[in-house]
Amino acid sequence: MPSITFIHHDTRAETVSANDGDSAMYTALLHGVDGITGECGGGAVCATCHVYVDDNWLGKVGTVGADEDELLEGVASERLPNSRLSCQIKITEALDGLVLRLPERQV
Amino acid sequence: MVATVTTASPHTPPVLSFGGGVPDDASSQPIVHLDVDPFAMDFFADPHPTHEVLRQAGPVVYLDKWNVYAVARYAEVHAVLNDPATFCSSRGVGLSDFAREKPWRPQSLILEADPPAHTRTRAVLNKVLSPAVMKQLRDGFAAAADAKVDELLERRSFDAVADLAEAYPLSVFPDAMGLQKEGRENLLPYAGLVFNAFGPPNQLRQDAIERSAPHQAYVAAQCQRDNLAPGGFGACIHARVDTGDITADEAPLLVRSLLSAGLDTTVNGIGAAVYCLARYPQEFARLRSDLSLARNAFEEAVRYESPVQTFFRTTTRDVEICGCRVGEGEKVLMFLAAANRDPRRWADPERYDITRKTSGHVGFGSGIHMCVGQLVARLEGEVMLSALARKVASIEITGDAKRRFNNTLRGLESLPVTFTPA
Repeated sequence: MPSITFIHHDTRAETVSANDGDSAMYTALLHGVDGITGECGGGAVCATCHVYVDDNWLGKVGTVGADEDELLEGVASERLPNSRLSCQIKITEALDGLVLRLPERQV
Repeated sequence: MVATVTTASPHTPPVLSFGGGVPDDASSQPIVHLDVDPFAMDFFADPHPTHEVLRQAGPVVYLDKWNVYAVARYAEVHAVLNDPATFCSSRGVGLSDFAREKPWRPQSLILEADPPAHTRTRAVLNKVLSPAVMKQLRDGFAAAADAKVDELLERRSFDAVADLAEAYPLSVFPDAMGLQKEGRENLLPYAGLVFNAFGPPNQLRQDAIERSAPHQAYVAAQCQRDNLAPGGFGACIHARVDTGDITADEAPLLVRSLLSAGLDTTVNGIGAAVYCLARYPQEFARLRSDLSLARNAFEEAVRYESPVQTFFRTTTRDVEICGCRVGEGEKVLMFLAAANRDPRRWADPERYDITRKTSGHVGFGSGIHMCVGQLVARLEGEVMLSALARKVASIEITGDAKRRFNNTLRGLESLPVTFTPA
């Protein structure tokens, strides 16, 4: 099972195991990781599952789609070049060890 | 009410005979028939015990009163919502099957549509009601909530439904839509009509449709481009005609969707939240000590009360739901409210807990049809609960809460309360 490390805004790190094929958002909710809200449950509507992808992983998590790009304009914390919506990051074995930083707030 | 559980007996017809076309398969689970009318007044008065009967009876039940299948457990409701290819919306999301009956009004291009048609119209409304748009609206909506609570604190005692749950959305949503000032009194009756019309041909539905002509005429006029102020949601929808995303004929119908579902739902959502905070003062105290809980306190009220109680889907093929066979062309009633209190999914489901992890509740639906206005609803709910928590020390219920009856919506007709200022 691939593992994902979420680094909270206060630098606390939380490593959880993910099911192949689940989204990073779903994985966070499943393990009760605070800092991912996911109000819309993964429908790419709400922009409350914002993460900053660690630079080492940026090339491996795929690219930002047009709808996601528009949603990222509405995130509550600052949008950075490595901003993603975690509902749009699908976990595969290739992402084992993925590091995602959490923003200060989601709403 | 007492629900009579009629398990399959020699007197009941074979369950799988409904709808035809389903092979008699010994491996499938028998489906329990229930003598429950979820659109009757006595059910509306207190649906929770019957919801428990529905959940306990099985993953799928059959309601003889209206000849429909129904799901009331969280897992099955969630599964049906998230399989739109099998459980379609284009044959109507009420009891009426559009394949057999003419819809009472022109079919919705989003609610009563399936992919790929739905995908295009949904994308337009998603953009009109996006997180970025909510950011722009936030300050104005928050100021209006503060002003409303200040006004109510002057009065101290009032009706929390008419003067708060209705008055606040009415003070922000029609302007955000870009509606003209005249005729807004038609909005709530029109929405009540739409949500009653999802139900069966009972008195509620018939009365609503009989009285609907003036409300329908008002809404039809308001959906036209010339009647919508620049910058509002309505004008933004029409602007998508110019970009080629939708046609000029489609735009008014998409505006109509927001007028149908954008007001009464938030009225009942905010009403539910105020009713919860008034009944559970400890939760109101927790909110007052941590204002960052306002948004989740609203979300939890939507789970707890489920302002939208039910929706239907129609099967597009023979399907097995948790071992229960359902034929093609069958209506399946989803009890969103029962799913939101299913103990299989929620710890202590009967408790209103403003710190609960609410993600996954189906009060706004789930999947591709999940409420397109959910961000507007949450914004209104959050800023109103934040204003209450900052300005009000206690909310006391001072008279009987009177229930309002609707085939789909759950909410109150009136709730006399007294505010004590903070």
